[in-house]
Amino acid sequence: MSAVPRARISRRFIRIWQRNLTVYRKSWKISFIPPFLEPLFYLLAFGIGLSGLVGKVRFEGSEISYVAFIAPALIAISIMYNSFFETTYNSYVRMYYQKTFDAMMATPLSLEEIITGEIVWGATKSLIASVIMLGVISLFGLLSYPECLLILPLAFLGGMAFGSIGMVFTGMVSNIEMFNLPVFLLITPMFLFSGTFFPLENLPTSAQDLALALPLTHLANLARSFSSGRIHLSLLWEVGYLLLFSLIFFLLALRKMRKRLIK
Amino acid sequence: MKTESSQGSTAASPYRYTVKADHLVKKFGGIVAVNDISFEVDPGECFGILGPNGAGKTTTIRMVYGFSPMTGGSLKVFGLDISTDWRRIKARIGVCQQENSLDPELTVLQNLEVFARYFNIPRKEAREKAIELLTFISLDHRRDAPVYELSGGMMRRLVLARALINQPDLLILDEPTIGLDPQSRHQFWQRLEGLGKKGITMLLTTHYMEEASRLCNRLMIIDNGVILAEGKPKELIQKHVGRDIIEVAEPTRELRDYIRSQHLNHEDLGHRLTIYCEDKGDLYQKIARDFCKDGCLMRMATLEDVFLKLTGRDLRE
Repeated sequence: MSAVPRARISRRFIRIWQRNLTVYRKSWKISFIPPFLEPLFYLLAFGIGLSGLVGKVRFEGSEISYVAFIAPALIAISIMYNSFFETTYNSYVRMYYQKTFDAMMATPLSLEEIITGEIVWGATKSLIASVIMLGVISLFGLLSYPECLLILPLAFLGGMAFGSIGMVFTGMVSNIEMFNLPVFLLITPMFLFSGTFFPLENLPTSAQDLALALPLTHLANLARSFSSGRIHLSLLWEVGYLLLFSLIFFLLALRKMRKRLIK
Repeated sequence: MKTESSQGSTAASPYRYTVKADHLVKKFGGIVAVNDISFEVDPGECFGILGPNGAGKTTTIRMVYGFSPMTGGSLKVFGLDISTDWRRIKARIGVCQQENSLDPELTVLQNLEVFARYFNIPRKEAREKAIELLTFISLDHRRDAPVYELSGGMMRRLVLARALINQPDLLILDEPTIGLDPQSRHQFWQRLEGLGKKGITMLLTTHYMEEASRLCNRLMIIDNGVILAEGKPKELIQKHVGRDIIEVAEPTRELRDYIRSQHLNHEDLGHRLTIYCEDKGDLYQKIARDFCKDGCLMRMATLEDVFLKLTGRDLRE
């Protein structure tokens, strides 16, 4: 069987997206709080508490303040968290405990559309979080307009990447506790070592190479370039990396979920 | 309910059978769950699949509604092939799954409206249909309640309403009243009978014989993935066990000898003996008088007798 059963994917996946939006709208006031408060807390802690110790950081040949260095990384981290946690814990609850996918599969929807809808919804949550964070960070005068608005499509792309990888794990874990493994072995190291809180150059060379293979490194770097208004062609490589990463893990997610649910 | 116009039961329907399964096979690894079964469901009838736990009932109907791919055989629904035309078929089927798959994050009404979207039913039409169905299942007063506040019976009725949101030509029910109290069960049956009168075709699995006798026009009994018997409930009883049953507790040696000498159709369970017969009362009188003082009774044969006779009395776990 081919990895892409083309006939099984249509734009009907939007129905699953709409279902999640309907649920989200019931509690949006609460869902809005984390992306609003998180950058505030980090910027206060690092900006006031830590930047005195750190001073300036070199980025693409010029000195920028430490707060300006981490602010876009916070957006990148939030993009990662929102989609990854959506397609792991939340999708797993819908699939395993609520039997939501079973009910959907008794309708004209295909499994591939259900999974696509879930991943696209995860990417949408990344996008929503980015909009809020851009607003908050703008108040600190840390963003260069209009270039920083490129972070919005980037958020969706990054959301597709991390949402897809999350869904791959959902297709594989035998119980919900097992998500702790990818969280501590993959997500947390990325959070710390992807050029988020300190420049990659501070790492040993071998660790730098490893970091370059991780999607958050490129997401954080792109977010930093966009927010500081430094747009250049070489960024296309990083965009291309994220596109390819998303595509591979998206197809893998479809395959894993088909194997898991079609019996 | 304004489902009449779209029913497959009309004379003009382009297909002879609503469901036609030919030599259906389903294997899970090395285990054969459904082993070469063929059956047809006529438009407008209620067809039952009976069997003990693990007989292959759910596996069979999951193939019918396109949830599980078949390992072998062919399956046509509304004259269309399930492996190629699954989307068109699924658009015309309503399914009540065995496990509660209502959306706990949505209200009663939202459950119906969101489900309607999966069928591409326009918003306004979905709202009207949802409200109509809530009235049908007597849940209109709870439309804004979260699903988890409903009782088991209410949830089952909501699952039924959800299965009807697309005005299906075929309603598939997988053990629809499992775990319900007698009141809720009868309520549910009444609704299904109402739908049956409107001509909706139903495919039902159950291991409640009362449910099957009451609802099904025709049924098949399956076990270990094969069909053991098929027909109308009354005919099955007549054919496999006869009209009457005499049950004797703690049968004596003399009774056993007598039964053997008379070549009576019976089943000996040790402490209990069941005689299948076409009796006018004479046999019962003789047995009661000559062979047992008490613990002897005669009753009408039921579908349960057929079921136990064909599938055996061993526990299924």
